[in-house]
Amino acid sequence: MKQLAELRSGDVLDEKTLEPVTRLDLIKYAGASGDYNPIHTIDEEAKKLGLPGIIAHGMWTMGNLAKLFTPYLEEGFIQDYTIRFSGMVFLGDVLTLQAKLQEKDGEKMDFHVAAVNQSGTEVIKGNVVFQTYT
Amino acid sequence: MFKEMIGKRSEKVKNIVERGMVKKFAEAIGDPHPIFIDEAYGKQSRYGKNIAPPTFPRVFEYGEIEELQLPNKGLIHGEQIYHYKRPLFVGETIYCYTEVADYYEKTGKNGWMGFIILKLYGEDAEGENIFTEEQVVIITETVRKELVR
Repeated sequence: MKQLAELRSGDVLDEKTLEPVTRLDLIKYAGASGDYNPIHTIDEEAKKLGLPGIIAHGMWTMGNLAKLFTPYLEEGFIQDYTIRFSGMVFLGDVLTLQAKLQEKDGEKMDFHVAAVNQSGTEVIKGNVVFQTYT
Repeated sequence: MFKEMIGKRSEKVKNIVERGMVKKFAEAIGDPHPIFIDEAYGKQSRYGKNIAPPTFPRVFEYGEIEELQLPNKGLIHGEQIYHYKRPLFVGETIYCYTEVADYYEKTGKNGWMGFIILKLYGEDAEGENIFTEEQVVIITETVRKELVR
């Protein structure tokens, strides 16, 4: 595996495509995070709010996206992680995780990150500032 | 409608970065890397111990802001920001609290919307800040109607 510090502006990390989202994924996340908002697990509750069905926790997607950086956590750490939840994730959706290095300033590496669904829509997007250890 | 809440904060709550919870959380986000969950791996890492994933603070309790009455359904999580001084270590104690940093309203093409900006903090036992979080929570017209009813 390449060292993160070897990347140059414009370089991307290897994309990761997740398995289609299942109800069990969201039940597990509800249990692990303590976020039991029923819109993420119970169809009737989601429908009451005018949705076609349950939607993933935004924080589930944000948690998943960070794993692009996990293999590099001995080289540095995520100092800033900023996300805008711009779209909804439904059961069966297939998400692809992406990160592209925008700028490098000494030990700080600024990545644009996004999770994109099967239709090419960015469902969450933002930035990761990865601080490498000297 | 929440303007007077700006500046209100919760009491600090003691949280422990529990090994079992970190494992469960890492698995739930599909990231069961040994740096998070394997004790021997953690010992040999540069940290000398396991660390927690960056979005793990979702698990923590931040205390209640008494005056802030939000519905438990129908709110939209618009944005989420984490800022870290260093990663969280498995086993450590973190004191957390939250405050209402800002509140504003907008009327746009989707009608009326309220934006609550919550800041959340995590400190070590010495009161040193380890991480800061910012959440943008959106209240829609529908939810507002429920609130004033």
